[in-house]
Amino acid sequence: MEPFTVHTGLVAPLDRANVDTDAIIPKQFLKSIKRTGYGENCFDEWRYLDVGQPGMDNAARPRNPDFVLNQPRYAGASILLARQNFGCGSSREHAPWALLQYGFRVVLAPSFGDIFHSNALNNGLLALRLPDPVIDRLFADCAAFPGFRLTVDLAAQTVSTTDGAVVASFDVEPSRKDRLLHGWDDIALTLKHADAIRDFEAQHFAARPWLVA
Amino acid sequence: MPGQTLYDKLFDSHVVRSDPDGSALIYIDRHLVHEVTSPQAFEGLKLAGRAPWRRASMVAMPDHNTPTTPGFREIEDPISRTQVETLDQNARALGLTYFPIGDVRRGIVHVVGPEQGATLPGMTVVCGDSHTSTHGAFAALAFGIGTSEVEHVMATQCLVQKKSKTLLIRADGRLPRGVTAKDLVLAIIGRIGTAGGTGHAIEFAGEAVRALSMEGRMTLCNMAIEAGARAGLVAYDETTERYIAGRPFAPKGEYWQQAVAYWRTLVSDPGAVFDRTVTIDSSALAPQVTWGTSPEMVVSIEDRVPDPDREPDATRREGMARALDYMGLRPSTPISEIKIDKVFIGSCTNSRIEDLRAAAAVVRGRRVADNVKLAMVVPGSGLVKAQAESEGLDQIFRTAGFEWREPGCSMCLAMNDDRLEPGERCASTSNRNFEGRQGAGGRTHLVSPAMAAAAGIAGHFVDVRRLV
Ligand code: SF4
Repeated sequence: MEPFTVHTGLVAPLDRANVDTDAIIPKQFLKSIKRTGYGENCFDEWRYLDVGQPGMDNAARPRNPDFVLNQPRYAGASILLARQNFGCGSSREHAPWALLQYGFRVVLAPSFGDIFHSNALNNGLLALRLPDPVIDRLFADCAAFPGFRLTVDLAAQTVSTTDGAVVASFDVEPSRKDRLLHGWDDIALTLKHADAIRDFEAQHFAARPWLVA
Repeated sequence: MPGQTLYDKLFDSHVVRSDPDGSALIYIDRHLVHEVTSPQAFEGLKLAGRAPWRRASMVAMPDHNTPTTPGFREIEDPISRTQVETLDQNARALGLTYFPIGDVRRGIVHVVGPEQGATLPGMTVVCGDSHTSTHGAFAALAFGIGTSEVEHVMATQCLVQKKSKTLLIRADGRLPRGVTAKDLVLAIIGRIGTAGGTGHAIEFAGEAVRALSMEGRMTLCNMAIEAGARAGLVAYDETTERYIAGRPFAPKGEYWQQAVAYWRTLVSDPGAVFDRTVTIDSSALAPQVTWGTSPEMVVSIEDRVPDPDREPDATRREGMARALDYMGLRPSTPISEIKIDKVFIGSCTNSRIEDLRAAAAVVRGRRVADNVKLAMVVPGSGLVKAQAESEGLDQIFRTAGFEWREPGCSMCLAMNDDRLEPGERCASTSNRNFEGRQGAGGRTHLVSPAMAAAAGIAGHFVDVRRLV
């Protein structure tokens, strides 16, 4: 996982609630056994006018001019502004992979689907919960100011405008924050506790022998 | 000390160590694996030179990508085939318990786990699949995880988790005749919303839940995720005990006695405090039908399609208008006047034997309406299929014009060839009516098996209570 420290980027607004992971990356692209190659099919059904299939030349496909991410002013956006319950539905980690590979490093929303939220953080995609009024204001700012950019500073736990004004601060668990800042391998970290796991296992199975019978 | 909730008991009994910030390393007893969310995890494990921590915890089978065509021999789509073959290879190389294509025990992982007794009370159960919540029906802490976490569990048998809040949903009063667990859970989601359970583990309780079979409880917990909760739970009781007894992976003999003694403690203590409680009068429910593109967009069969103009909240209003546009529906249309093109009876929500019996009871002696292009029944596992055939249910369905298929996820998410064409409307017993879920441009209405069967017979939605 790439470390996340400070990120400044263009903000794109996706103004609908309950954006599910099926919409972020439709199932036909889940047949791949790789971790990469999902960016061009991120939001496929909204982004293109035809029905996407794996292996298509996406550059040649007709784009939906009405879809917000296709508007020239949001080209190169790396911060996605979203509404409540973003990433609900299927547990597919292909959703954060697709968003990252599209170019997003941050998603700001009032709430997230729980599984999506962990998947995003496990991949260094910063999914941050901000209060509704802040999100509302950011949507308004985004519409009012073409080229609206934000800076997200993980160490300071702040979201600010490019002139340095702090828009909001956010919560993140200290252990999670450390892992993100350093891009640590979660498995290696857990394996440092291998002895504790073995001890637990011994007790657990002694009390519940039917689990190993 | 106040009493503990069932969730607290399950979580606390699996904590290996905890951090001061409240995140804990929890031990995972059962890891279910399917072909779509595992290949990158197996690969990651191999690249890092790691071995699975406890192979015996894993049970694997392909389900999402498998064809349902009777008597199929191989998967034609080369990409899907590669994915299933990758699981074959990984499962065999590591010597996992594996139900490949051709094994009668294979099916949808959430149907097969409980059916085999691989899901037991008191366990932590994970799978790279959001509907892992299903297994919470057994008083097990079960939740879906992403692929990085799949790899993490393979490598360490643990996950880093923070304790959820608890939400008690109490359904008071028995469900009326013709109203099922599916209707109950849809009504609950309609009430609390698809984000209503976010950050919570839901315990379903109350008279209606106690009266449900294990099949019904699984339907309920299956859709906890559609209410935003990663985990759903039902307390252990005699119904749980009767279901598990004698299953292949269930404890035997002396171990059974020991296990049962422990399992009986898997209930929320009297006086246990939940972060939130919602009560619902289940004795007054009617069959439910979704009209939109989120499971919370649901009304009863006696209602009409709602009118966005009456919704005060702007984001919701736009969401409703967009959903109606996608669904090709006009506000105020009676639900019973909505005509359908296809019927899908299946998925990990409703493909168990009891579901098929309920649908068959409606279908018996009737015929699928002429305007219905395809009505299909996809049993949840090879064993469910065999059981249904031994009861003659397949004949009832076939005679009525339903197709009788091989087990798998099928049109629940349409990764295989079973799908809706753009604009087609489906009465579906699955769990998600998201845009494009059952095929690009397809329109899904979520209903119970009996309601799906009834819609197939009438050609439009109809109150099943008038047919049975
Ligand atoms: S039946 Fe549907 S919801 Fe269930 S595991 Fe398969 S795809 Fe997921």
